[in-house]
Amino acid sequence: MNIIWFWVLSGMLAVYALLDGYDLGVGTLHLWIARGDEQRRTSLNAIGPVWNGNEVWLLAAGGMMVVSFPRVYASGFSGFYLALMVVLWLLILRGISIEFRSQLPHPLWRTFWDTGFWLGSLLVALLLGVALGNVLRGLPVGADGYFQGTFTLLLNPYSLLTGIFALAALAWHGTNYLRVKTEGEMLERSRKAASVLFWVALALTLAATVATFAVRQDAGVNFLAYPEGFVLPLLVVAGFVGGFIARTNERDRLSLWSSTAVIAGLLGSAALTVYPNLLTSTLNPAYSLTIYNAASSPRALRDSLLANVVGMVAVILYMIYVHRTFSGKVQVREHGHY
Amino acid sequence: MKTAVFAHRIQFALTVMFHYLFPILTMGLGFFIALFSVLHLITGDRRYMNAAKFWVRIFAVNFALGVVTGIPLEFEFGTNWSRMSALGGGVFGQTLPLEGVYAFFLESGFLGLFLFGENRVKRWVHCMSGVGVSAGSLLSGYFIVATNAWMQHPVGYSLEPSGGIRLQSFWAVLLNPFAGWQYAHVINGALLAAAFVMGGVGAFYILSGRHTNFARLSVKVAVVAGVILSLTQLFPTGDMNSRDVVRYQPLKLATMEGLFETEKGAPIAIIGMPDTPHQRLIDPVYVPEFLSFLAYGNLRATVEGLNSYPKDLWPPVELTYYTYHIMAGLGTIFIAQMLVGLFLLLWGKVYSTRWFLWSLMLAIPFPYIANEAGWVVTEVGRQPWVVYGLLKTAAGTSANVAAGETVFTTLGFAGLYLLLGLLFCFLVGRIIWNGPEEV
Repeated sequence: MNIIWFWVLSGMLAVYALLDGYDLGVGTLHLWIARGDEQRRTSLNAIGPVWNGNEVWLLAAGGMMVVSFPRVYASGFSGFYLALMVVLWLLILRGISIEFRSQLPHPLWRTFWDTGFWLGSLLVALLLGVALGNVLRGLPVGADGYFQGTFTLLLNPYSLLTGIFALAALAWHGTNYLRVKTEGEMLERSRKAASVLFWVALALTLAATVATFAVRQDAGVNFLAYPEGFVLPLLVVAGFVGGFIARTNERDRLSLWSSTAVIAGLLGSAALTVYPNLLTSTLNPAYSLTIYNAASSPRALRDSLLANVVGMVAVILYMIYVHRTFSGKVQVREHGHY
Repeated sequence: MKTAVFAHRIQFALTVMFHYLFPILTMGLGFFIALFSVLHLITGDRRYMNAAKFWVRIFAVNFALGVVTGIPLEFEFGTNWSRMSALGGGVFGQTLPLEGVYAFFLESGFLGLFLFGENRVKRWVHCMSGVGVSAGSLLSGYFIVATNAWMQHPVGYSLEPSGGIRLQSFWAVLLNPFAGWQYAHVINGALLAAAFVMGGVGAFYILSGRHTNFARLSVKVAVVAGVILSLTQLFPTGDMNSRDVVRYQPLKLATMEGLFETEKGAPIAIIGMPDTPHQRLIDPVYVPEFLSFLAYGNLRATVEGLNSYPKDLWPPVELTYYTYHIMAGLGTIFIAQMLVGLFLLLWGKVYSTRWFLWSLMLAIPFPYIANEAGWVVTEVGRQPWVVYGLLKTAAGTSANVAAGETVFTTLGFAGLYLLLGLLFCFLVGRIIWNGPEEV
């Protein structure tokens, strides 16, 4: 049951990263790819019907962590207190920018919110990568299961590297999404950006992988213990091969699936690397919070899984329905809400 | 230590009270939008569709702010109240993911369909998506009230020898007896606030001589719904909710009422100012024996006063007492105002009685105040406990977060929320100023 929950949570967070990832990527690059009001509206309408639902994955994952591994939620969230408050402000800024931009026609109003959307997306993507880096690297979790995550602790060279990696990977993912959703000038610019970002993402993936082996001696151990786990890095390789093939031609969908495979494979590999720890202590391995010592009672785990599973199936069907309903190229004049 | 606990409480109070301004209207207005869409489907009258389309524009801005200000609250279970989450997450946390998985997806999914899809789906599908939005927001409210109810009256758990707690019954947590009437009272309050907003905007248009057809419909619906809702706010929802308080939290009741001494046939104080050091009310106006009647249905029943409890378990007396009296006082005024409105409506004079329309227009903020005050009674009145009888507030905070960090981020939230509040007033004000489409 504890193992199932570990993979449910990892899966939820990966889905969040994949779905909100392209929103964040679009936000990071829209100032350059989308020129002029019409194109800006196109990029917002490309994510418009789905961004809200995408963010709910984060909320649902948070709620599931409270109920399944309450000590991890308590330790991680209080430890990352300042960083998370900044993330919250940025998420507020970003959401408001998307929703408020088209309420007024004034150009200054629109430029302001476009910039807010860009800044919020960029910094959230960066900070999510920093958080991932710190979880991989380990944190000074004490005997009581808590740590104090100051910015001087969190912004170390390794996690800054993973932060920049996340920013690049999500930007690549976002341009791939725009390649599928747009046409004309924006499509051309998206393709051009994607062909550059592909190489950046590849280089940073290699750098981050090498760095992970440097900061974590046991980085490869779980893959030897669970050889089926090699599927995950293979998924990354397959994604990069697909991305390489699609980087300069018109195979936009292949490119989007490629970045999806890369991100999913890397997050899965990261999860397998830390398993069965959730928060690794750098002070003493015995202080680490694992899927056993940080979990709720078996009954709480079972009941919560049963209670959520029906809803999750419905949510997944609903997400597929929405993505199909709004699939294809965006036509601003036809159903532009933003 | 004291500063740190206080800072966590202020931060949570600020973020939750600001957030709650939006769900009040989301839950309340969602229902009326669904009602208008159903009426349109049945009668085919364009006026109803027109009203639904106008209110959904305000709903959309309101919903967006509700979403973005809601995310911090879930985070704060971990960031600010980590020791409480570590202790009880497996129990009270049961309802948290349910909100995201069931209610929230329903709500945001159908809202997308309602906003984007009018010309792309069949009329009845569009109408049902309005009902879906309303159902989603009402369901969302239940999961949150159930989470809160566990902190008011923890159930469905057992204590471990190690001091931890573990889940005994999922259904006991989900169907907490404290949640039922509390939820009814909360939803009723939200619907009442929405009725006042509709009535107030309608009154504004009639007084300005604009959009008269739309305005008359709004005032009529507001008055009819307002009479029913202001009465059900008092009875049965408010009355039964306070009986749950009597049963599970008698000390909170004594604080709400400013009752210091245990009395047989206790009076109720309509007004009066608590003087806690001298344990009395200043300038009180009493209705004799009425508190005993309200609490137990018996004029001679004994009601426990604050003095039956050790002083270190008393909640803050003044704040609990005043917010309760503000809520109950406003509730009484709402009943009177809406009864006058009903009388004028039946007499056929409601659209031309300017003083009544003025009072309706100016009343818009007060249901918000009453709703917020009610929650302050609930939350401050349970101090010093964060989980009633189980965990003190001071023992539930994040010990690894310094007071300086919390004060800093609270100031940040205050600034950000001031800006959001101004933007909200500006944008909604603009929608109201531009008015609905003419039919």
